Amino acid sequence: MSLFLVNVLLALSWAAVTGSFTFLNFAFGFVLAICALSLIREQVGSVGYFSRARRVASLLLLFVTELVLSAWRVAVMVVSPRMDLKPGIFAYPLRVDRDFEITMLANLITLTPGTLSVDVSDDRRILYIHAMDASDPDATRREIAEGFESRIMEAFR
Amino acid sequence: MISVEAIFDHAVTLALGALCLSFLVTIYRIVKGPTLPDRILALDMLVTTAIGFIAVIGIKTGYALYVDVAIALGLVGFLATVAFARFVLSRGKTEDDIRTEIRDAATMARREAKARSRASAGTMAGNPGAAAHARSGQTAGEPTNE
Amino acid sequence: MNELLILISAALLLIGSAFTLIASLGLLRLPDLYTRMHAASKAGTMGACLMLIALAIHAADFGTMSRALAGVVFILLTAPVSAHLLAKAAYAVGYRLHESSVRDEMASKDDR
Repeated sequence: MSLFLVNVLLALSWAAVTGSFTFLNFAFGFVLAICALSLIREQVGSVGYFSRARRVASLLLLFVTELVLSAWRVAVMVVSPRMDLKPGIFAYPLRVDRDFEITMLANLITLTPGTLSVDVSDDRRILYIHAMDASDPDATRREIAEGFESRIMEAFR
Repeated sequence: MISVEAIFDHAVTLALGALCLSFLVTIYRIVKGPTLPDRILALDMLVTTAIGFIAVIGIKTGYALYVDVAIALGLVGFLATVAFARFVLSRGKTEDDIRTEIRDAATMARREAKARSRASAGTMAGNPGAAAHARSGQTAGEPTNE
Repeated sequence: MNELLILISAALLLIGSAFTLIASLGLLRLPDLYTRMHAASKAGTMGACLMLIALAIHAADFGTMSRALAGVVFILLTAPVSAHLLAKAAYAVGYRLHESSVRDEMASKDDR
């Protein structure tokens, strides 16, 4: 976290030195700061910072692509003249157990194709998910377990 | 060759048109229902559409202040949806439940009125069987009527 | 460079408004509350976010841009929460799924 602050500070100083506080210049400064930090990663111990940042970034990227894909799939479904729906609710056994991770997983599931988290059981073991196409819940379960859940576990543990 | 500004103006006009259409469709869903959660969902959608609309207006006029309006509207819309969801939970019954309750109450009242009129007719004609039947109907009706 | 940015923001505006329109059409056409929630919480969120990003690209200064992007993050955080809360409340109260639903594993929750 402190390394992230250093990163932002370096970007700010780049913007100050070049004298223009536009967004593009700031983003360029941020990239430069990342380069500078990666040059001295052995000395300041920022190796973990970089691998974690990469994992969080890949989670974000996955999330954005899934959101675009899901919006697209809903759009296609709505616009097609004959809607062929097999909606239903299925149970999903959770592997993550911390509140923060469950919240994050539930939110990600809501914003991904065809699934919407409805409820968490009282013992926080099972997540109930409503799906647009619940004809094959095992495949959906596997997709979530291999996609978001394992990425979340990688990024925050 | 059309200038970039002209293309941009056309895009803004088209976007405003599409957003107006989606306002109308969403309002149709709010009016039609059929249930309370449907209406809440449509209201939520209306707020989202309004945020997009404000963003387009902000681009069109060039006032940066519209961004703050959009964020504030998003906050209010979120709180409203949360409050409505709490209300649905605390009300604790669906439209079907309410309809059944009303129908039950109506049949109960009708049966009671009939029994009362029959009872008065029965006492006049000196028919104890009808009066007894009316009394049993009344006692059966009272607890469910409450 | 500047013209390219204007074209990108015009394209984002068009795509965003199209998604919003499709979300409202989904609200109109889908059979029950839970499937409608899919349309509103995905396509609707996406539409509003795209239009705010278009504003962020179109606005030249840093303040407007950062506020618009903060708005995007805010919408992305709140939309699933409100959808989740509404679905949970509606299910707990007893709004049933549409007849075409193929399964409901939550129905057996109270039995266990």
